[in-house]
Amino acid sequence: METLKIVMVGHVDHGKSTLVGRLLHETGFIPESKLKHVQKVCEDQGKGFEFAFLLDALEEERDQGITIDVSQMFFKTRKRNVVIIDAPGHKEFLKNMVSGASNADVAFLLIDAEEGIQEQTQRHAYLLSLLGIGQIAVVVNKMDLVDYSEEVFNKTREVYGKYLESIQVKPAAFIPISATRGENVMTRSRKMPWYAGPSILEILDGFSTRDDRSKAPFRFPVQDVYKFDKRRILAGRVESGAAAVGDEVLFLPSGKSTKIRTVEKWNPPQSVGGQASPAPKRAAAGESVGFTMEEQVFVERGDIGCLFSDRPLVSDRFQANLFWMGTKHLQKGGRYILKIATQEIECVVESILKVIDSSTLEEISRNAHEVAKNEVAELILTTKKPIAFDTFDRIPETGRFVIVSDHDVRGGGIILKKVEHFSAI
Amino acid sequence: MDHLDKLENQSIFILREAHKKFKKLAMLWSIGKDSNVLLWLARKAFFGHVPIPLVHIDTSYKIPEMIEFRDRYAKEWGLNLIVGQNKQALTEGMNHTRGRINCCTALKTAGLQQIMEQYDYKGLILGIRRDEESTRAKERVFSPRDKNFEWDFKDQPPELWDQFKTDFDENTHIRIHPLLHWTELNVWEYIRREKIPVVSLYFSKNGKRYRSLGCAPCTFPIDSKASTVDEIIAELKAGKTSERAGRAQDQEDTYAMQKLRTKGYM
Repeated sequence: METLKIVMVGHVDHGKSTLVGRLLHETGFIPESKLKHVQKVCEDQGKGFEFAFLLDALEEERDQGITIDVSQMFFKTRKRNVVIIDAPGHKEFLKNMVSGASNADVAFLLIDAEEGIQEQTQRHAYLLSLLGIGQIAVVVNKMDLVDYSEEVFNKTREVYGKYLESIQVKPAAFIPISATRGENVMTRSRKMPWYAGPSILEILDGFSTRDDRSKAPFRFPVQDVYKFDKRRILAGRVESGAAAVGDEVLFLPSGKSTKIRTVEKWNPPQSVGGQASPAPKRAAAGESVGFTMEEQVFVERGDIGCLFSDRPLVSDRFQANLFWMGTKHLQKGGRYILKIATQEIECVVESILKVIDSSTLEEISRNAHEVAKNEVAELILTTKKPIAFDTFDRIPETGRFVIVSDHDVRGGGIILKKVEHFSAI
Repeated sequence: MDHLDKLENQSIFILREAHKKFKKLAMLWSIGKDSNVLLWLARKAFFGHVPIPLVHIDTSYKIPEMIEFRDRYAKEWGLNLIVGQNKQALTEGMNHTRGRINCCTALKTAGLQQIMEQYDYKGLILGIRRDEESTRAKERVFSPRDKNFEWDFKDQPPELWDQFKTDFDENTHIRIHPLLHWTELNVWEYIRREKIPVVSLYFSKNGKRYRSLGCAPCTFPIDSKASTVDEIIAELKAGKTSERAGRAQDQEDTYAMQKLRTKGYM
């Protein structure tokens, strides 16, 4: 059975954790002991049953009624397994929201019907597009607080629809719900007869999991080289495409090439009388494998294996979109560590072409000197040596990177294009 | 590729990252089903070898079958086994009657801390999962602990696109969680597919079996007739009780696990 990963995003207090708690409860995936436990906590605090407490397990989260960090929960529909990622909506915890959302196949964007569109409602949508999450449903929650008004719903849909259009996001649906009352969550609500679209559960089963990446060009970032026994194995995960025994593989940026001799996978020694499983001949996207090669060329972690017919770009300069999460500003001319696939290299921020507010999308500055926390910038990065990469629109797995500074990931970005030296920008 | 293949591939990727990035690396082996799966995945990741030492924290209250199992497979699979024990706390008479949270902290957390210091480990691989318990649901795959062994759950570093936290200050360490994205059901399905050996305590005898293994005084078997892996899988698919229901330390206080884990518990 396939697994679909969905993330709940949106402004603080618009009901993300409540919706997740409701879904888990209605699908029967909350252990009774946990229900009782939450019931008791709520009674102690003198309030009614809080579905959000099923996820917001930390004492600080319950006291303040907000989600601090991402939770992941599991449930099942008739069609598939679902991993549900509940992201915090508070601005202070955006880095946690990004951590959770970066793994998702699908996003549900929640808006409080009464409060309407807020700062994070917009910012989260923009970050989803930056993270490459294309399947999005907009959920207008707390419809019970506006008397299930069609007018309020239509207004929200109109305004927010325009915003999404401006960032090229095409939502699969707008769904009016009440998470606390369970309206339009599992089945269609009788309170909103004017709504003809799907419920949350119905749309969930309509989304698809990430596409099969095995038809894309072959990319094998070398993770490590092992010599535990007489075999010299290049270990790593095929990020896209596929390759088979006998294929000539080119490693970039080093430029070495040789043929695949064997595809290596470990299987336990068979019990007496058992059949040994045959050695694999091919490895495709998503597989963590090992290759032995015909010739012992010197290849190391960071090299990307490809086929001659379709190679990644190689350059020490590229243009990218970057989302900054660091408390210290990103500085023009500053030195950072760039991590892209398994490559790790020092880089310099050569120029910051423009900085935009990631919520209003207003341009803050051009030719800037720094990028502040929660801002998005278009910039040019120069690496110490040439590296191999792709543009994000072509191969996301080798077209996205993070920036590390003071031991931690501080920014995430996607590559727009390679930049030639001495060219006018 | 089915869902077990996907889980396996992701865990192998994580184990290889840990091995590459940490020269001083160890794997915690509790002898429970999850850490046996973890050990199996390590054999897959490193093509039949286990180039990482296995640390077992022996509280002296473990169920005897667990120790027998440990010693048998350490020998059979040629493992580098390191056993840690907080002898001072035991000499001073520490046990669960002095408070379960105190006992876990002294015998497990402090016991582990001693071994980490003695061998100067900077990376520690553990088999915890998000579906086990709510504070674990909020964990990162590579999760930092400060010099006092503490987890700052309010300020965790970002983790995206499998770019993990592999840089850290002196005197701190990183917990690595390759099974974080697995569920209890996935673990049993994988045990069935791969025929991974597990301690017999998981299988029903006289209408009772252990669902989660820990120290004898604080771990209780559940009512169950499941005496094979197939029957356990069927039971999990039908059931609604939580996995750690038989672990007494969790119920000691509303936020028991948060308190334990902030201080460095697994």
